[in-house]
Amino acid sequence: MKVSLTRRYRFAASHRLHTPRLSESENQRVYGKCSNPYGHGHNYFVEVTVSGPVDPATGMIANLGQLDPFVETHILDAFDQKYLNEQVPEFAPEKSLVPTTENLCRVIFQRLRTFPLAHVDRVRIEETSNNSFEMEDSAAAPA
Amino acid sequence: MIRITRRVEFSAAHFYHNPNFSAEENLRVFGKCNNPHGHGHNYTLEVTIAGEPDPTTGMVLDLKELKEILQAEVIDRMDHRHLNYEVPELAGQIPTCENVAAAIWKLLLPRITTGKLDRVRLYESPDLFADCTAESSHHNGGRA
Repeated sequence: MKVSLTRRYRFAASHRLHTPRLSESENQRVYGKCSNPYGHGHNYFVEVTVSGPVDPATGMIANLGQLDPFVETHILDAFDQKYLNEQVPEFAPEKSLVPTTENLCRVIFQRLRTFPLAHVDRVRIEETSNNSFEMEDSAAAPA
Repeated sequence: MIRITRRVEFSAAHFYHNPNFSAEENLRVFGKCNNPHGHGHNYTLEVTIAGEPDPTTGMVLDLKELKEILQAEVIDRMDHRHLNYEVPELAGQIPTCENVAAAIWKLLLPRITTGKLDRVRLYESPDLFADCTAESSHHNGGRA
C-alpha cells in the first residue's frame, strides 16, 4: 500500500498565450481569443501531492504546518494576483515560454521540487472547472 | 479493465496528540489540531474497485454490495465517532488523514473479493485528501 497526501490551493492570475516564434496571424490561429493582447485571467486551483513514509510520531507524510508556508512562499506569493507573462521570471519575454497551463505545471513542479520535507509526486492544476492539467514526477522509481 | 468508484460520507471528531511529546512539542507540531477538546470534519470517502465486468451481470462488483461493505466497515465504525477514542483500528495512532485512509484500506482489503481494491481516497475537507493505492497500481506515477 502506498499513501499520498494532496493539498488544494488557489490563486488568481492573468496571462496571454502568444509566442514571438509565430506570426500574428499564426498566433491568432493557434491561440484564438487566448491571444488577445491585453490578456485575461483565471482562478487557478493547484493540487500538490506528496508521498513517502507516514511518520509514526506524527501520523503525517508532510506536516501541513510546513507544506502550506512553503507553497505560500514559493507559489502563491509569486503567482497570485500577477500577470504571468511579465511578473513570473520563468515566463519572462526573453524565455519565450508561453504560460499555458501545461507550462505552468512544469514551472510549479520545478519550484516545489525543492520542498525538503517530503517527495512532491504530482502537480495538478485546474485552469477552469472544465479543464485540468497534471504532471507527475517522471524520475520516480517504477512501482 | 474498468474502475468503479463509490462515494460515502461520514462525520467524526479527532485531535492530534503524541503522548511521547511534551505539551510544547505537541503544540508546535500539531498546532490548533492539538486542541484536546477535539474538532470534527465531514469526511468524504471514495473507494475505487478495478476489474472486468462479469459477462452475465455487466458489473465489476455490485455497487449495492460495495455500499453494504462500506456501511459495515467504515460508516458503522467511524460515523459520529471520536476517532481517537472509539475506533480500535486507530488505537495508538495519530488520526491524520493519512492514517485514517490507511486504516480504511486495511479494513476493506479483505472484504473486496470480487474485483480488486484499487484506491481509497479520503477527503478531510475539499482542500485536503489522502490516497491509498496498491504498490503496483497505475496510480503510482502512471506506471503499472
